[in-house]
Amino acid sequence: MSAVMVDVHGVHKNFGPLQVLRGVDLTVRAGEVTVVLGPSGSGKSTLLRTINHLEKVDRGWISIDGELIGYRRSGNKLHELKEKDVLKQRTHIGFVFQNFNLFPHLTVLENLVEAPVSALRRPRRDAEETARRLLERVGLADKTGAYPRQLSGGQQQRVAIARALALEPKVLLFDEPTSALDPELVGEVLDVIKDLARTGTTMIVVTHEIGFAREVADTVVFMDGGVVVEQGPPSAVLDAPRHERTRAFLSKVL
Amino acid sequence: MSSDTITEPATTAAGDPAEPKVVPTRHYARWAAGAAVVVLVAQFVHGLATNPVWEWHVFRDYVFSETIVQAVWVTLQLTAYATVLGFLLGTVLAFMRLSRSPVLSTVAWTYIWIFRSIPMIVQLVFWFNLSALYRELGVGIPFGPVFWSVDSNTLIGTIGAAVIGLTLHQAAYAAEIVRGGVIAVDHGQLEAAAALGIPRLRQIRRIVLPQAMRAILPTAGNEIVGLLKGTSVVYVMSIGELFYQVQVIYGRNGRVIPLLLVATAWYVVLTSVLSVAQYYVERRYARGADRTPPPTPLQRARRFVTKEST
Repeated sequence: MSAVMVDVHGVHKNFGPLQVLRGVDLTVRAGEVTVVLGPSGSGKSTLLRTINHLEKVDRGWISIDGELIGYRRSGNKLHELKEKDVLKQRTHIGFVFQNFNLFPHLTVLENLVEAPVSALRRPRRDAEETARRLLERVGLADKTGAYPRQLSGGQQQRVAIARALALEPKVLLFDEPTSALDPELVGEVLDVIKDLARTGTTMIVVTHEIGFAREVADTVVFMDGGVVVEQGPPSAVLDAPRHERTRAFLSKVL
Repeated sequence: MSSDTITEPATTAAGDPAEPKVVPTRHYARWAAGAAVVVLVAQFVHGLATNPVWEWHVFRDYVFSETIVQAVWVTLQLTAYATVLGFLLGTVLAFMRLSRSPVLSTVAWTYIWIFRSIPMIVQLVFWFNLSALYRELGVGIPFGPVFWSVDSNTLIGTIGAAVIGLTLHQAAYAAEIVRGGVIAVDHGQLEAAAALGIPRLRQIRRIVLPQAMRAILPTAGNEIVGLLKGTSVVYVMSIGELFYQVQVIYGRNGRVIPLLLVATAWYVVLTSVLSVAQYYVERRYARGADRTPPPTPLQRARRFVTKEST
């Protein structure tokens, strides 16, 4: 069995009086694909955002490849890291947003080159070479000079995936990557993610695409009310759910 | 053969009900208003040319005279310094105000509050009379001994006082303009930059500011044009900028109207140049905002002449 890549331990998160995460535990092994399902408001997106420290946790901790995220441990105390160090940790964690969030004033190539050059101090030439290779991989080799708004939604999301890959992260997080897309564009984005799964990229995917979960996931996690209700291989969670809440959810989306 | 050519257009124009002829709306009121405007403009131009009060020969004598050209140069310098320094300081203040540090944001808020509250002319007079307030400026331990000091008048000088006054005033307004532009940038942009681990300063310079420029530029253009004409208030400090020199000259020779025209003409020309520059700068920062960038006025004019459809 491969090593633990992502370890989420007893994570709590409140927004004011609202308890969004109420003690979440999750383990993802290197090379595995974990798909997180659940009704809206169940805390799936918040969980994903705590993993790369876009949201601070109120209790619990998260580590990636053995390194604590957002904190430094000494004895029994957790010291908050400075922003600079958090930014450095994030270069190991690729994040793909629901709304792509490409930089609209930069060309596709510049979008991919920006972080490797400024955050990892790679030489521009190397970064551009990597960028072109990645664009070829997501089928957009001819779009290097285009601006994001000149592309379709599906193309933009593929660029966003390539942008996240450009940092060669240890894990890729997807926050509902196909929810903002027209139905006929969903397939092209899922195909790119499936291709990544085949090549052994560690991924956590929050999605509503049950078919995708069944096909790609090593583990399916069902969340509701800020906790993990059940998890296991797709055959167990999707076809023989043990919990009433899982069954109720699946009966609505299938 | 000849009957063909006659009957064919007739069938398409009237005979075929599927393709009715389009009659464009007639804008009679527009034509009437246009004619009225032409008459009014003609009257005004006629008045400008024939009314002896304007004294165009005096205007001609002075408009490119050495004194005036030098005064225009001073006006331009004051505008340039206050614009560049004011917007630099303003940008720093804007990010201080948006900062998570309560110290920085309070300092910036207080600065903006104070310098927006003091009329520029009052502030200029204060700087002009700095030596009356603080005869010497020095460096040392607060409330303790002073190691190095200098006479405040020799340090600053009149032009220096004007630049400082204009800059500090401008910075307060620039700060709010820049802040407005920054908060108009989609929050997702900052999140994406943070998620990619891009260093903080680089996020501001490379991701946030270029996008904020879209919202900043129209208002900033206004401010710079306002400043160009606003420099005329430094006449209270007897600095030889355009408005001051014009006053000096008509104080001497009594030709008030033509000399005010000289000043007006220069302000109009300088403002026009700034407006054109603004158009092209805005266009540059619009990159990526539209699928196809709008044509420049030159391209539009050429297209109008050659009757290409857009």
